[in-house]
Amino acid sequence: MDFLRPASWEEALAAKAEHPTAVPIAGGTDVMVEINFDHRRPEYLMDLGRIADLREWEVGAESVRLGASVPYTRIMENLRTELPGLALASHTVASPQIRNRGGVGGNLGTASPAGDAHPALLAAGAEVEAESVRGSRLIPIDAFYTGVKRNALAPDELIRAVHIKKADGPQQFAKVGTRNAMVIAVCAFGLALHPKTRTVRTGIGSAAPTPIRAAVAEEFLNAALEEGGLWDSGAAISPSVAREFADLCSGACNPIDDVRGTASYRRRAIGVLARRTLSWTWESYRGTSRGVEGVA
Amino acid sequence: MRVHFTVNGRPQRADDVWEGESLLYVLRERLGLPGSKNACEQGECGSCTVRLDGVPVCSCLVAAGQVEGREVVTVEGLADHARQRSDAVSTDSRRSEDGELAPIQRAFIDAGAVQCGFCTPGLLVAADEMLERNPNPTDADIREALSGNLCRCTGYEKIMDAVRLAVARQAEGV
Repeated sequence: MDFLRPASWEEALAAKAEHPTAVPIAGGTDVMVEINFDHRRPEYLMDLGRIADLREWEVGAESVRLGASVPYTRIMENLRTELPGLALASHTVASPQIRNRGGVGGNLGTASPAGDAHPALLAAGAEVEAESVRGSRLIPIDAFYTGVKRNALAPDELIRAVHIKKADGPQQFAKVGTRNAMVIAVCAFGLALHPKTRTVRTGIGSAAPTPIRAAVAEEFLNAALEEGGLWDSGAAISPSVAREFADLCSGACNPIDDVRGTASYRRRAIGVLARRTLSWTWESYRGTSRGVEGVA
Repeated sequence: MRVHFTVNGRPQRADDVWEGESLLYVLRERLGLPGSKNACEQGECGSCTVRLDGVPVCSCLVAAGQVEGREVVTVEGLADHARQRSDAVSTDSRRSEDGELAPIQRAFIDAGAVQCGFCTPGLLVAADEMLERNPNPTDADIREALSGNLCRCTGYEKIMDAVRLAVARQAEGV
């Protein structure tokens, strides 16, 4: 094994071009587990720790450009307003020690269906900034996950940052696990209301080969909210609409039985999380909109 | 490969380090610092917790090459680390005596928070960092700060007592 320590992003891209099998390591919270357990013996290990701008973020007008190595702790502390869904998801990652090291770039690189950031990214709307010596491109988050622990990166590409839409409405994240800390999701659900575009977006974790959106459920809910004039009236969502939305979210799942839970449990739990997160976010939206209109 | 870094305030050099080796292995097997414990090797248990540039991390998940030029504090250096912190806020700058304990270590003994002791070093490092960052923690804050450290003996109650004791003593300036 060779240990590569590029001092700059350009050096890292050049090294990745020269050694496409090189495994990038930042927080190490995924990569080192595989090495410790002898599940992986990369020919080259490439430390990204010397590249400081991977640990920085910029808040723009429409989105946040989040450096690939910004630790979850920083997201929780600094980006709760702009990225509430991701901040909530970050808080459920493992433990303080892990959150101090791990970041969204690693979650995306590993592309585990159980990665905690994915449902929040899918719900908020995001693009992955991937770069190689050939150039830079933005990969829509919906097109990023291509299979179990597979993603759309080319062998010579590295993740530089993630561009995540700033919240324009309430967002929620919920995760099922056996305890609060140190839990790999049995399943997880992210939901974001986007009042500006009058749309709802979802993200499902650990209940399909890849993180996915519940597209049919979103379409159903968007139509129901529009037809009922709910975005304007701020009226409550009827129980039947909430139930149908939950059922459609369950139906979007394609889970497996494994040590953490059965497929049928996951499908059912996703429905429960979908209904809960819809209720939390919509109540929050109604509270805000009624407050603004002075009706409350 | 060769790795240079600072451990508990002293410059160290480790030779013949394998590229996939963890910081934990280097500390224990190459530098003779076995205080950080090796248990799960996957970041689940926290018994290998150290401070890396001040930040609590699982040393089993840090590649040795990643600590080049950086500062590590292990449980062996905790008493000195805690003393420097209290010296910074008081004029009484006494030297550390051999065998002197950090306040959190003294509190663990006084509260009976140690059973088999295997998880203790990691808990001490994590708890000490919380005392530094949050001198007035709620029980929920303590539980969260220690949520990455597993203890299979105690049920955590005595550990909670120990941290509360250290918080109270720190507030009294004892």
